[in-house]
Amino acid sequence: MKFSDLHLCVPLGDVEQARRMVAKSFELGYSRVGVPFSPNTKPSLIDGLRRVCGEFGLDFVTRLELAPKSSNELLGSLRRFRREFEVVSVLCGSKPVARQAAKDRRVDLLCFRALEPRKRFFDRAEAELASKSSAALEIDIAMVLGVEGFARVSFLSCLRREVAAARRFGVPVVISSGATEPLLLRKPYDSASLGLLFEMDLSVALEALSANPAGIVERNRAKLSPGYVALGVRIVRRGKGVD
Amino acid sequence: MTRVVRRRYLALKVECEGLVEQREVLDAVLNAFLRLFGEVGLSQAGLYLVSFDRERKYAVLRCSHKALPMVRAAVASMTKIGNQPATVHVQRVSGTLKALNKKVTNKRQAKP
Repeated sequence: MKFSDLHLCVPLGDVEQARRMVAKSFELGYSRVGVPFSPNTKPSLIDGLRRVCGEFGLDFVTRLELAPKSSNELLGSLRRFRREFEVVSVLCGSKPVARQAAKDRRVDLLCFRALEPRKRFFDRAEAELASKSSAALEIDIAMVLGVEGFARVSFLSCLRREVAAARRFGVPVVISSGATEPLLLRKPYDSASLGLLFEMDLSVALEALSANPAGIVERNRAKLSPGYVALGVRIVRRGKGVD
Repeated sequence: MTRVVRRRYLALKVECEGLVEQREVLDAVLNAFLRLFGEVGLSQAGLYLVSFDRERKYAVLRCSHKALPMVRAAVASMTKIGNQPATVHVQRVSGTLKALNKKVTNKRQAKP
């Protein structure tokens, strides 16, 4: 099984720390890492990280992280930057943004970074919209590790509801590390076993770390390839024409 | 003859800056389990720290086979041992100590 971590938050300016985190991911058993970038990240930084991942034989995925304030801003950003990155994630800070992101086919990952239940908008309506597009729900393990006490109780309760809604409407779930330092990284099986806390079976959690992220990356790479025309249509051969 | 209690042995690797004591590791595991699964869960898990290598930061933990998923979750949720930030990774899991030692030795030999 090949494991992916689509949310490795390496510090872009600190190459040594980035190298340490990439090395740790490799040591823990990941074969693909996705690093989040803002829309205006310099290409040289992206290339530098690609080289670092290449040194360890890791598949490097460029991930655009959008945090729009309104649905119009989201649409504008998607129009401008969608084809420049392999994965697009949207931080859903408000309900209109969450709804727009869920129904837009250009969005791959729906992220909710708030701990309070009222600021997390992945309910049944959102799951139904996401099931019709191709968006997946992302769960960061670092968020589970970062809270304690009653905050964790309420957060786990939210996650349980969200995972149940995703399961009911067939929305794929992606488990990522969300790690900003090596100590927040966990082995894929350890991350999957944390799924137990929000009622996710081990097999489903392992899929959320392997098949689901791999599916997103492969689908988008196919779309970004020069031969892609439309869903199910691609150029097989160019030449003199078909008889 | 079948054993009444089926056990699982976990090889754990502790990662932290300084040295940690056996007691601190056990306390951290127990506290993490207690926080997540409560007193009843902890009483059923049968947790026991079999050994701890202070220099290599390598521990062997025993638990009931039914509690294994919970123990893995508790170990993965640990972020501190004593007062210092730490991570604990499950290296291998086995049904007997002998097989666990064999697996860990094989893994160490495979990775120079």
